Amino acid sequence: MTGVRQRFTPLQRLLHWLIAVCILAMLFIGVGMVSTATPKFLPLIAIHKSLGIAILVLALIRLAVRLRYGAPALPADLPEPMKLAAHLSHYALYALMIGMPLIGWAMLSAAAYPVVVFGGVRLPAILPQSDSLHTWFWDAHFYLAFAFFALVLLHVAAALFHALVRRDGVFEAMASVSIHDEVAPAE
Amino acid sequence: MPEPNRPMLGSLALIAIVIGAGAAAFAYTAGWFSPQRLTPTRLVEALAPAAGPSLGHRRNHAKGICFTGEFEANGAGSELSKARVFASGRYPVLGRFNLATPDANAPDAKVRVHGLGIRIATPDGQEWRSAMIDPPVFAVSTPQGFYELQLASKSKDANAMKNFIAAHPEFAAFGAWAKNAPWTDSYAEDRFNSLNSFVFVDKAGAAHVVRWSLLPAAQPVSISPDDLARRGPDYLEQEIARRVAGAPQHWAMVVTIASPGDPTADPTKAWPPDRRTVEVGTLVVQKIEAERDGPCRDINFDPAVLPTGIRPSDDPFPAARSAAYMKSYDLRTAEAKDYPRTTTGAKP
Repeated sequence: MTGVRQRFTPLQRLLHWLIAVCILAMLFIGVGMVSTATPKFLPLIAIHKSLGIAILVLALIRLAVRLRYGAPALPADLPEPMKLAAHLSHYALYALMIGMPLIGWAMLSAAAYPVVVFGGVRLPAILPQSDSLHTWFWDAHFYLAFAFFALVLLHVAAALFHALVRRDGVFEAMASVSIHDEVAPAE
Repeated sequence: MPEPNRPMLGSLALIAIVIGAGAAAFAYTAGWFSPQRLTPTRLVEALAPAAGPSLGHRRNHAKGICFTGEFEANGAGSELSKARVFASGRYPVLGRFNLATPDANAPDAKVRVHGLGIRIATPDGQEWRSAMIDPPVFAVSTPQGFYELQLASKSKDANAMKNFIAAHPEFAAFGAWAKNAPWTDSYAEDRFNSLNSFVFVDKAGAAHVVRWSLLPAAQPVSISPDDLARRGPDYLEQEIARRVAGAPQHWAMVVTIASPGDPTADPTKAWPPDRRTVEVGTLVVQKIEAERDGPCRDINFDPAVLPTGIRPSDDPFPAARSAAYMKSYDLRTAEAKDYPRTTTGAKP
């Protein structure tokens, strides 16, 4: 790569939007399913588990792609605190995308529930049965879910701020549907 | 860079609206604007006695004792379901005899309904969990009705139960059983019924709506609640431990197949007695262990944990029970310190 990339690669953009839809669905299904005792409960919890594993796989692929292709540089005139917030929130989003499915899987394992996804694929337990571990991972899954949603809202607010207020190209780096790799000359 | 003259207020307001709407939709989905929604939490809280729940214990069926044994499938169930558990063979069982009370220390003679939870594991890695009780029909038709029954039964209003029964005519069959059916003097003599219907799917993909029961090999001996009380508050657990130590106890598992038009979604309605039944195997209870350090303690006998070949029907209860049992499990495992284990080396 000889220049500075203006946009994420098409593969990165595809993964971002695919995962974005999955995560939003996941968070809403999560809070919805634990607050219902109707017959919807069973399909919701089945989707929640399958979607969680799907997000885990997609997020690991995305991490590998990110490590390979990197990200466009932030605008040089972006204030340092905002740059720091952008970097930290991205670390947190990656940690949650990969961590939340694993925490959920660990929580089910510690409760000796069978972990069945995609209508019949049985996953192994990743922890021994333990009431204390179950409680630890349950708490982590519960509180981090709210933190995750708050972070998603912050991410959306920041994206819109770039798009509508700063109009600095950061939003377009991910939102563009163009498949052309636009590469600016190296500075 | 933003244009210096650009009015930013509109953009910032738009951002605030988007974020606010997102947060509101999330809160709505979580039920924070719906105090009337029957959540698992509300169901579980309704079960608690006036003195509060038995911390560290199941929120209902709180008093119980573990067992291990086997399910001996005779192969006849394979006609109805492709689940491995019906293929001829012996499969390990973990289970729990219990009393339908939220009070882990309730005297046996104060609890009308006996229950049995089982988990059958098969070599293909699948599990079938089921929680059954001994009345022939359930008390209410819907989870909402169950919630209202809990509120009425502990209400200080003297007319609460009368009003409940008037509003829930389906309660009559269960009420008659509770009043008139003989009490048994042993878990080994109880017939346990799924009451909820499920769908068995056979190898050809055909669906059969069924209920199942465990029929005791032991002859029932009836006892009055007063006589049961005189035998001591924990007689049933002591008795089953003695009996199983003497010889394994057996129950025949019998599956009843619904005919078209039978009430599959309403566990208060028995199916006509001429419906076809298939005996699919035998539950053998081989060893009794106290719950405190026993293998059933931290197992959730969630009736929605089903192998391939069994799935929920249009009966609304398995989903509601699954949701409530899970809530109860989350609560009690977090309260383990209130129900400490005694075995050396056991987890704290």
